[in-house]
Amino acid sequence: MTIDCAGYPNQNLHDELIDEQQQPRPVARALLQHLASFSDDEIGSLIAAANLAIKEMGISFTVYTEAEGSIDRAWPFDLLPRIMAKREWDGIERGLKQRVKALNLFIDDLYHEQRIIKDGVFPRELLENSQNFRPQCMEVDPPLGIWAHICGSDLVRDRDGTVYVLEDNLRVPSGVSYMLENRQVLKRVFPELFENYNIQPVDDYSSQLFDTLTAISPRPVEFPQVVVLTPGIYNSAYFEHAYLAQQMGCELVEGRDLVVGKDDIVYMQTMAGLKRVDVIYRRIDDLFMDPEAFNPTSLLGVPGLMRAWKAGNVALANAPGAGVADDKVVYAFVPEVIRYYLGEEIALPNVPTWLCMKPGDREYVLDHLAELVIKPANESGGYGMLIGPHASKKELAQFARLIQDNPRNYIAQPTLSLSTVPTLVDQKIEPRHVDLRPFILSGRQTFVTMGGLTRVALRKGSLVVNSSQGGGSKDTWIVDEENR
Amino acid sequence: MLLARVAENLYWMGRYLERAENLARLINVNSHLLLDLPKGIAPGWRPLIEITGNMALYSERQSEFDEVRVLRFLVTADDNPGSILASLYYARENARTIRDIIPREAWELINALHHYARENQASALSKRGRFDYLNQIILRNQTLTGCLVGTMNRDAGYTFVSLGQNIERADMTSRFIDVQSANLIDDEQPEEHPRNAIQWISVLKSLSGYQAYRRAMQVRVRRTAVLRFLLQHREFPRTVRHALAEVAASLRSLPNHDRPLALALRLEQGIENSDVERLSQQALHRLIDELQIGLGELSQAIAERYFLKPHPTVAEQSQDALDVE
Repeated sequence: MTIDCAGYPNQNLHDELIDEQQQPRPVARALLQHLASFSDDEIGSLIAAANLAIKEMGISFTVYTEAEGSIDRAWPFDLLPRIMAKREWDGIERGLKQRVKALNLFIDDLYHEQRIIKDGVFPRELLENSQNFRPQCMEVDPPLGIWAHICGSDLVRDRDGTVYVLEDNLRVPSGVSYMLENRQVLKRVFPELFENYNIQPVDDYSSQLFDTLTAISPRPVEFPQVVVLTPGIYNSAYFEHAYLAQQMGCELVEGRDLVVGKDDIVYMQTMAGLKRVDVIYRRIDDLFMDPEAFNPTSLLGVPGLMRAWKAGNVALANAPGAGVADDKVVYAFVPEVIRYYLGEEIALPNVPTWLCMKPGDREYVLDHLAELVIKPANESGGYGMLIGPHASKKELAQFARLIQDNPRNYIAQPTLSLSTVPTLVDQKIEPRHVDLRPFILSGRQTFVTMGGLTRVALRKGSLVVNSSQGGGSKDTWIVDEENR
Repeated sequence: MLLARVAENLYWMGRYLERAENLARLINVNSHLLLDLPKGIAPGWRPLIEITGNMALYSERQSEFDEVRVLRFLVTADDNPGSILASLYYARENARTIRDIIPREAWELINALHHYARENQASALSKRGRFDYLNQIILRNQTLTGCLVGTMNRDAGYTFVSLGQNIERADMTSRFIDVQSANLIDDEQPEEHPRNAIQWISVLKSLSGYQAYRRAMQVRVRRTAVLRFLLQHREFPRTVRHALAEVAASLRSLPNHDRPLALALRLEQGIENSDVERLSQQALHRLIDELQIGLGELSQAIAERYFLKPHPTVAEQSQDALDVE
């Protein structure tokens, strides 16, 4: 017997599948029993089957180098799923819906009356210093009043079992294609488990996304023209752009395929002439989207796109300027934002956050630097961070200076101990840290994926789950135990 | 609806692949011709530079027309945008941006062909390795074409690949006739001269058309019959007329084809109606020149009608070219 919970080294950790007594948690019992019946050879052939499925399905990261052309990089994946009971997930889903609803109201308010500022709940200077606030969006009314149609929020579980929202991605969140493909791989590798477990399906995402997009079409036509706008093949998420376009049956376009007429209408150039575009699912950042309105040197964008959007002739998802609400300083205010717009208490907790701009908080942060995680307000992908317990004296001193020079730009949070999931290492299981990125679609209805993309830090002890830095992913099972 | 950018990529992918294959065939035929000609009077390699339309570019770099210099220029030169390696590079660049449209195997074959041609380029310059190298380029191209024919949807996308291939093929086949004509030692040489027949057989073989010629023409190999075959025969797929007929059929299946189709039909009729038997060497050369210019105009007309336009032009047009759904 090669896979065995006894001796699983999860002391001082919260493991998603195995408890402190090294017993399988109830949701994981069937999986671990199944795995325990396999020999080393059988585990080896499971891994081979998964790799073959990945190759046959053509799942890849595309990396381009001049010498070799496009390379499809092997896409890091671990066979063992992360499992969560549906009862727990239902609570998380409610919390996510509450959060995204409030964030959309917040963005809409910031670009209109700014009541939340006038009422003294949100400080004006935060808005003035925000890098993702777009004055060009003032007084624009996107369809249904929604700005962030697609949101990817990162969740982590701390040692005591509490699930926190770590951050919200309201600009161009990626990863959903891997969530969908992971499930396809596991269905091929563990068909018998899908018979025994009541695993909630995930594959309706593409059609939910398509419905969300068609619902915001400015023209009330039966088949609005929806396109996915990609920066092109050099972008690391190009696989996902192509995948989603294919799944939704719509065109994958680049900026140069689109043109805005004098009539402020967006057209795509087809071989049979210009064809009107109604909805653009854009995977290009705000600042590169329209050289006329933003970065004039951008070659990726479409001149006049903002004009067409403001005139209400095309819908953009996500709307320009939505990123104002995923700033890490704004994050600290989410509990107040929810209270202000919805009159409710936050259902899914925020990680406690100190704002260095507040003198009291700053003093605390500077005194406790070595215990905290310091994050710059406007970076993503784990760049420019300080992890206090792992930092050298020199780094601590450097960050103390950075914070004093520009306090608005820094927040601090306690160092969380991310939960783990058993992961195959040399045909044995070892704990590896994970997070979870569910995707929330906001249209006429709000839709949350069943689970989401579980990202795993494949290096022992590492907390960094980003694929660019040694991270991989796992399938995520939401299991309904009560309705079997 | 096929995006204009994608249509353009597919068309040029087809053209560059066909160009690489025909260049390989062209170099093969010249190598064979030179072996058969008496030493000392053979025009050598200079005609290939003229025939491929590269004299100006070549003269900037070289003054000699010896075998190695000419071959390096036509096969491997990075600074000749018309070399075999450059054609394969451009074919791959076009294919790369439309990988979701063409079959995955086709992409892999294009990629592998590009790598093969680059890694083995030294053998193209040696007399012994050359034939195998050029033959590999031809065979791999044939495999690729087979892959596209066998697995690609017969929609507008396929039509543009086919348009590119056939326009390039009509152009290149006409250049084959030029090669042989340039190598004719004497315009007045009697048609029946055995050396003359041998040379035309080389041309036919390099186009894989010798057997088809024998079946179709039922005569000994001689100039007038070969010209009639290469220009006017309907069934053999590498003749000018067949390629033009394919172009016309492709255009008919596309929307808004009036001008490009009219140009293609005019070219086809021009070939069909010319009295090849009676053409002097000079008149033949003129006919081929006109054909090549006409193909250039046709390609331009296709680009204007179907391909991606730079932003400003389209913005001006959008008022009168509104929604065509």
